[in-house]
Amino acid sequence: MRVVLAEDLFLLRDGLVRLLEAYDFEIAAAVETGPELERALAELEPDVAVVDVRLPPTHTDEGLQCALRARRRRPGLPVLVLSQHVEQLYARELLADGTGGIGYLLKDRVFDAEQFVDAVRRVAAGGTAMDPQVIQQLLARRSGDGQGPVDRLTPREREVMELMAQGRSNAAIAGNLVVTERAVAKHTANIFVKLGLEVSDDDNRRVLAVLAYLDRER
Amino acid sequence: MLLAAGRGLALAVGSLPLSILGFCLSLVSMALIPIGVGALTTPYVVQGVRAYAERRRALAERWGGVRVPSAYRPAPATANPFRRTYALLRDPATWRDLRWLLVDMTAGYLTALLPAVLVLYPLEGLALAAGLWRVVGDGDGGAYWYAFVPVDGQATALGAGALAAALLFVAHRYTVSVFQVHFRLTEAMLTPSQAELAARVRVLTETRRDAVDTSAAELRRIERDLHDGAQARLVAMGMDLGTVEMLVDKDPEKAKALLAQARRSSAEALSELRDLVRGIHPPVLAERGLGDAVRALALRLPVATEVSVELEGGRVDAPVESAAYFAVSELLTNAVKHSGAGRIWVDLHHGAGRLRISVTDDGAGGAAIGAGSGLAGVERRLGTFDGVLAVSSPAGGPTMVTMEIPCVLS
Repeated sequence: MRVVLAEDLFLLRDGLVRLLEAYDFEIAAAVETGPELERALAELEPDVAVVDVRLPPTHTDEGLQCALRARRRRPGLPVLVLSQHVEQLYARELLADGTGGIGYLLKDRVFDAEQFVDAVRRVAAGGTAMDPQVIQQLLARRSGDGQGPVDRLTPREREVMELMAQGRSNAAIAGNLVVTERAVAKHTANIFVKLGLEVSDDDNRRVLAVLAYLDRER
Repeated sequence: MLLAAGRGLALAVGSLPLSILGFCLSLVSMALIPIGVGALTTPYVVQGVRAYAERRRALAERWGGVRVPSAYRPAPATANPFRRTYALLRDPATWRDLRWLLVDMTAGYLTALLPAVLVLYPLEGLALAAGLWRVVGDGDGGAYWYAFVPVDGQATALGAGALAAALLFVAHRYTVSVFQVHFRLTEAMLTPSQAELAARVRVLTETRRDAVDTSAAELRRIERDLHDGAQARLVAMGMDLGTVEMLVDKDPEKAKALLAQARRSSAEALSELRDLVRGIHPPVLAERGLGDAVRALALRLPVATEVSVELEGGRVDAPVESAAYFAVSELLTNAVKHSGAGRIWVDLHHGAGRLRISVTDDGAGGAAIGAGSGLAGVERRLGTFDGVLAVSSPAGGPTMVTMEIPCVLS
């Protein structure tokens, strides 16, 4: 699997290259700046791009803008965005086109190599990887008044929904919560009924539906 | 010379209607104060006149090299139009502007026009000498007067030409200085008195002291947070790693557990640093500017918040941007914590050299600028930028807090 990597700090770039290579990814390019990333994405046709939000020369949100432009040119191009901070505002922009193949994670998540690589693979396969902090923020907003449908979920259902919104598959959720996959499927069905969402067998469509629901204005 | 003449003409033509308009509007508006209407319009008229005077100050500096200091008192911090009007009328600068408008539309107009006349009038004389005299003489043999020369034939036309040449020489020598007189006049009329400057210095001294105090307190807080937080965690992490080094052969199980603990420590240190950075300068503000930073802030609130931004796509100066962001942040926190509001509206708008922000909620009201309300702190910090804060919060709500900071967009 070919990866284009954009990160301006040498130590982190180097670490990421070594980590990904250790898990049999092929690094098509590891670049430092926005313009280089732009070119690499246009010319190298990677299977997935791992991109830092803040890149030279402007040191603003150059990386994010590059990724969004590349996805407009090539819809569904899998992009995993990394940042020192997560903002729901950015998550919303990334998810706006509704095509999936999007990841948005704190850089801290690299600490857990297995989970990080799992996230890269998921995004490359057209899935979603949202940082738990984004989901927490969304949930905190939805359940602000203690009256909404989210508050009617049982604690277990809420756990399942958090993991699902992060983009995990039923099998992964089952592994994480130490329950059977059938139990997870039951919780999932309950969640969709309580939130008034249409049930779908497709993992990714399900994730996007939950995210869209959480982000909707009350 | 030609430049001065051209500028003078433009200034004369452009300023006359504006000065007359400003003067008349001011008089009418002030005359209507007793019946109430004037109280509503006067603040706007006075602000308009001030903006106009500031433009003319800038022009005097650019075209005439004359720096005219301005010392308006900050706009009063109240939404009540009567009190606003009263405060504006008490500012001597308001009356000085009016006097200046009167002089500007008379003597100012003439001194701006004179350079153009000095250049254009000789041109007419030269044209007469060159043959225009044949055309301008009226049919019944009367002479055409060029200044004091009656033009009725080639000879007198040449005389007019000679006068024109002399005038042109005068123009060459004096146009620029005559034009300068115009700006000196502006300076004489618009320069604030010593007392006003002294008052301004007093305000500046006070706000500077507040600014220094606030930033010193901020630095102390940051130092303490780093010392007790990230620094302590890194120490613990180093110790854990040292122990791991020792245990790795003897007790691999224990070493593994310690490694996991070290990783947790580093994650916690990172998260603490992240919170600290957000308190110093939020990353989204650096990345996107004020509008999106406030939008991102609104998305974190448990209360539905509408944000509307009108900044003409520009960025506010970095220090003002940061001050405005933290002010909004404080106001939103207040609204969420104390008002019990179900909806909040934030409006950011830049116009006429001022950033205007209002935060409105449909909560219980009763907010006031007082000790410990948080609003006093916001007001003090805005003071550093000559910003002001006005609160309208009747019991039962709604609450509307408005801030205005003078600044330019880049």
